[in-house]
Amino acid sequence: MRFIDVALIIDSIPRILMGIGLTFQLLFLSLTLGTALAIILLLLRISGRWYLAAPTMVYIYIFRGTPILVQIFIIYYGLPQLEFIRESIFWPILREPFGCAIIALSLNTGAYVSEIFRGGVLGVDRGLKEAGAALGLSVTQRFIYITSPIAIRLCLPAYSNDVVSLMKSTALASTITLLDMMGIARTIVAETYAPYEIFLSVMVIYLIITWVIQRTFGWIEKRMSQHIRSEA
Amino acid sequence: MSDSGHTNIIELENVDKFFGVFQALKNVSLSVKTGERIVVCGPSGSGKSTLIRCINRLEEHSSGKIVVNGHELTSAVKNIDAVRREVGMVFQSFNLFPHLTIIKNLMLAPTLVRKASKSEARDTAMKYLERVKIPEQADKYPSQLSGGQQQRVAIARALCMNPKVMLFDEPTSALDPEMISEVLDVMTDLARDGMTMIVVTHEMGFARSVADKVVFMDYGEIVEMNPPEEFFDNPQHERTKLFLSQILAH
Repeated sequence: MRFIDVALIIDSIPRILMGIGLTFQLLFLSLTLGTALAIILLLLRISGRWYLAAPTMVYIYIFRGTPILVQIFIIYYGLPQLEFIRESIFWPILREPFGCAIIALSLNTGAYVSEIFRGGVLGVDRGLKEAGAALGLSVTQRFIYITSPIAIRLCLPAYSNDVVSLMKSTALASTITLLDMMGIARTIVAETYAPYEIFLSVMVIYLIITWVIQRTFGWIEKRMSQHIRSEA
Repeated sequence: MSDSGHTNIIELENVDKFFGVFQALKNVSLSVKTGERIVVCGPSGSGKSTLIRCINRLEEHSSGKIVVNGHELTSAVKNIDAVRREVGMVFQSFNLFPHLTIIKNLMLAPTLVRKASKSEARDTAMKYLERVKIPEQADKYPSQLSGGQQQRVAIARALCMNPKVMLFDEPTSALDPEMISEVLDVMTDLARDGMTMIVVTHEMGFARSVADKVVFMDYGEIVEMNPPEEFFDNPQHERTKLFLSQILAH
């Protein structure tokens, strides 16, 4: 009677790691697209025009209010049922599980991150914006040169949380046939009937990636905020 | 427009300002000539800050007319920009940009708004840092400076735009006592050089020595406006007398 098959773990970790490239592709692509989307959503949300802000709030509510797994399934299984989707220019992307995963993860992250950014923007001292206004800076100049750099520092901790969260969500891509680390792990489990060892191995790898992300952001935060510890 | 609009760089006519149902300014009229130094005092909540914040449109007046340097303040963004380019402001809480070094705080508006070149802006910035006597702090961040130094930087930052008028909103109220005089000294220098200034302050010594006119406000109204000798030695209204007795008692 043994608790754990160490040899199996040692054998499978290299195999699982073959999926790390795909995991990273999912993470970085959807982080980039999601962050870009978040900036657009933020600008719409704080535009002060209800017909821009209201749809944005609905969008954010839907994507934050439903499980990302459901969103992935709707995009991967649901959309192809629609004739006009199959005939649209997006079909080459939506036909592929990779494209669907990227789209779902980006749309979801965009909703979360835009709320994080909004928190940062709202956290910027009103007096600083007034000082910019009094100096004659336009609304856009104030946003670019004063609000944004300060807001970015303010929301970095929350943003790093979301990067970790997104990294973990990439595992859901395995449910639509993608062979990321989780996908490979599930394949090995199907061959070996050893879910304990295999999932434990994949867990350890995810933990290490999380650690790297947290350390990286910790370092960035420290570098960016060394001069704004004490505001009068 | 009238002839008086020519010599008066700031003209307020029957200005009202409401915050919801609260009336912060009641029928305020005030003319400021080029080179004049006005000190505005009064109890807290009397509308002094609101008054000067209306002059550069940080607050929008509800009714009446405000003309600054020939531009009437309406919702027209063009006029607001024109006014803000000519009017510098110093705040109680300094409001230096915490993410920029001192020199970059000073260079930001001239490069963005006046389209000055980097080197021009830097030269101007250093000139004014020397004027407020802290050129050696140029590459530090605001958080590394004392309150008095920060406020002097804030004054230099406003001066870099080469304004025609300077507004001071309780510039020494957030300072430790030992730092007040270094800021008042800079302001006194500025007044001597002929800068048009409107200063909201409780520093009555400054008012007495620098002001051409002292304005006393209470409940959103201008109660009394007189040259300092007259104002301090022979106050006309009961409310002014009461205020002066409270503020000069200690």
